[in-house]
Amino acid sequence: MRAPDRTEKIALLGLFALLAGGAFLPQWALFLVTLALAKGLVVLSLLLLMRTGLVSFGHGLYYCLGAYAAGMVGQLLHVGDAAVMLLVALAVSCAVALIVGLLLASYRGIFFAMLSLAFSMILYGLLVKSAALGSTDGFNITVTAAAGASLSSASRRYLLFALSASFAAMAAVGMHRFLGSHLGRLAPAVRDNELRVEYLGASVRRVVYLNTIIAAALTGLAGALTALVVGHIDPEMAYWTTSGEFVFVAILSGTASVLAPFLGSLLFELLRSFAYQYSPNTWQMVVGAAMLLVIMFLPTGLWAVFGRRGKRVA
Amino acid sequence: MARPIPLFEGLAILAIASAAGAQQPAGAEVKPVKIGIVTFLSGAAAGPFGVPARNGAELLVEAINAGSLPPPYATKGFGGAPLSLAFIDEAGGTTKQVSEYRDLVQRQNVDVVVGYISSGDCLAVAPVAEELKKLTVLFDCGSPRIFEDASYQYVFRTDAHAAMDSVGAALYVTELKPGLKKIAGINQNYAWGQDSWNDFESAIKALKPAVETTTSQMPKLLSGQYGAEISALLSGDPDVVHSSFWDGDLEAFVLQAAPRGVFAKSTVILTAGETAMARLGAQIPDGTVIGARGPHGVYAPDNQLNRWLRKAFFDRYGVAATYPAYHMAQALLGLKTAYEKAGSGAGQEKVIAALEGSSFETPSGTIRMALAKGHQAIEETVYGTTKTVKGQVTVVNVKRYPAEVVNPPEGMKTQDWIKASLKRTK
Repeated sequence: MRAPDRTEKIALLGLFALLAGGAFLPQWALFLVTLALAKGLVVLSLLLLMRTGLVSFGHGLYYCLGAYAAGMVGQLLHVGDAAVMLLVALAVSCAVALIVGLLLASYRGIFFAMLSLAFSMILYGLLVKSAALGSTDGFNITVTAAAGASLSSASRRYLLFALSASFAAMAAVGMHRFLGSHLGRLAPAVRDNELRVEYLGASVRRVVYLNTIIAAALTGLAGALTALVVGHIDPEMAYWTTSGEFVFVAILSGTASVLAPFLGSLLFELLRSFAYQYSPNTWQMVVGAAMLLVIMFLPTGLWAVFGRRGKRVA
Repeated sequence: MARPIPLFEGLAILAIASAAGAQQPAGAEVKPVKIGIVTFLSGAAAGPFGVPARNGAELLVEAINAGSLPPPYATKGFGGAPLSLAFIDEAGGTTKQVSEYRDLVQRQNVDVVVGYISSGDCLAVAPVAEELKKLTVLFDCGSPRIFEDASYQYVFRTDAHAAMDSVGAALYVTELKPGLKKIAGINQNYAWGQDSWNDFESAIKALKPAVETTTSQMPKLLSGQYGAEISALLSGDPDVVHSSFWDGDLEAFVLQAAPRGVFAKSTVILTAGETAMARLGAQIPDGTVIGARGPHGVYAPDNQLNRWLRKAFFDRYGVAATYPAYHMAQALLGLKTAYEKAGSGAGQEKVIAALEGSSFETPSGTIRMALAKGHQAIEETVYGTTKTVKGQVTVVNVKRYPAEVVNPPEGMKTQDWIKASLKRTK
C-alpha cells in the first residue's frame, strides 16, 4: 500500500512556517530564502519537463524574459507596482512559449535541450546588442508599490519574501494536483513510451506543448520575482550558464516530489553562499564536489533521503 | 598569467592583522576595521584585473597595518585601528553579487566594502548599499551611468569613469595626426566595448566634424579569432584604429593584426593596452598608442608612493603592478585619509562626510572626489606611443591631460558634455 499523501499538507505548513518565521530571520537570510524560493519555481518547472522526459538547457529564455518584461514596465511605463510587473511578466513568457513551444514540441532528448538553448542564446544576443537597455550592464528595477499601496524598504523586503513563499506553495500544490490528474499522468507515460500514449488515444505533441507552456509560465514568474528581489537585471539571466545552473539544482533535488525543488534550491543557495565566504578562491570546487557526492550517493537526488525514511515508516 | 592562488598569503595577512589587534592593550577603544574586498578571483577577468587588484589590496593592507607606507600614510592602520580583510569572488553575475554583498554586510559584518570591476555589478550593488546604509567604495568599474543615472549617499567611486579614456584617446590621436580623416574601431560586443567606441567616436566627431568612420567591428567577447574583422579594418584604409580590447582578446588581436599590416598602415590606439604590455612586450609594434585607464603603471607619476608600490609589488608577486592594483590603492588610501580626518572611533556618517569631496595622494598622483556631490573621483589621464629599446617595450611622446580636460563638469552627463562642449574645453 502507498503511504498517505501529505505533500499538500507539508506545503501549506511550510508556507505558514515561512510566513511566521520570516519576520524573525536576519535580513541576509530573508533575502537568500526569497531568492531560493523564486529559483525553486524554475526548478519545479524543470521537474515537470523531466517527468515528461525532457531536459531544457534554455530555461534562461523565460527567466530573462520575465525579468526584462518586469523591468520594461518600470523603465518605459514608469510603473513600480509589483502586481503589474508580475502579471506582465507572466503574460509575456506565456505568449513567447505559445510560439516557441510549437517548434519545441516536435523534438525530444538532446535536440529539445539544444533547441531551447538556442532560443535563450538568441535573446541573450539581442539584449547584448541593445545599448538602450544597458547592454551587458543591464539596468536597475525599483518596486515602489504593490497593488496600489506604496511600500517602505522593510515592508518591500517582507512583501517580496511573502510573495515568493506564497507562489512557491501555490505552485507546489498546483503542480502536485496537476501531476496527479489525468493530463499530468500522461507526462511520465510520454517519457516511457510515446507510441503507447498515442495508441491510447492521447496526443503526445499536445502533452509536450502544454507542459512547455506551464514550465515557461512558472519560469517567467520566477524571473520577474528575482528581478524585483535583486533590483537589477542583465542579459546574463538568458545565458546558458544560468540555464545550466537550474538543471544542476534540478538534478541535485531529484524529481521525486514537488517539494524537492524548493529544498534543493535552498540548500544550493546556502552552500554557494557559504562557499563564497569561506573559500573565495575555490568556491566552484566546493559546489562541484557537492554535486559529485549527490550523484554518487543519492543518484535520484536529495529527496531520496526523505523517500527512504518515508518507506521505512510506512 | 595569473599566479596560482596564494591562499596561505591571505591567511598570513589575517594572522598579521589579528596579531596587530592583539597588540592593543585590553580594553583599548580602537576597534579593528573590517573591509570586504570584491574582485574577480575566477573567470576571464581574474587574470588581468581581479588578481592584480586582490594582490594590491593584500600588499597595501599589510603595509598599512605595519605602518610601513611612505608619508603621508606612515601611521598604522586607519587612525590606529588595524585592518582585516574578507575576500569575495566577483564572478557569477549580478544576482549572486547582490546576494553576496548582503551577506558581506549583514553576515560578516564588514565596516566597509571595497570592490567591483564589472560596471553591471556596480550598478546592481549601489542601490543595495544605499538600502543597507553601508559605506561602499567602487574601485575599478568604468560606466559613467552609475552616478549619472542616480544619486547615492553611501556609495563612492575612487577611480575616474571610463569616458576619460575615450576622450583622452581622441585628444591624443587628433594631436598626433592633425590631418586625421578616417577612423575605424574594433571593440568587444558588450557594454564596455560599445561605450568605449561610442564615446571615442563622438569625441572625435566633436573635435573634427569632418572625420569619417570606415568601420566599427564588434566581435563577441573572448572570440579570439579576428581574421574577418582585420580584413574589414584594412579595406577601409583608416588613419586610426581604436580598440578597447583587454587581456587575451588584446593579445590575440595584436598577434593576428600585426603580421597583416594593420599597425603599419594605421595608428592603432589601445585604450586598455597597459594590461597586456608586460606579457606581449616587444611584440607590440612600435608606434602603437597605449592607454592605462589613467596615470597608472608605466604612466604613474614619479612620486614616493608610486616608487614604493612599484617595488613592493614586483618584489612580492614577480610582475609589474598594473592599473587595477593602482585603482585598489586609490580606494584604500582614500578611505585611510577619510577615517583619519573623521578621527578615531568616529561613526560611519563622519567617515562619509570626510570622504565626500576630499582629495588625497596616491601612487597615481592626487585624486579629487569632484563629481556627483563629491562621490565620484576625477584624475588625469595619460597616453603614449610604444618604442622598443633593446628588446624592451617603452613609451615615448607621453602626454598628460589634466582631470578637468578629460572629465565632464559637475552636473553634466558625459554624452551631452562630449557632444556639446568638448571643442570648447580644448
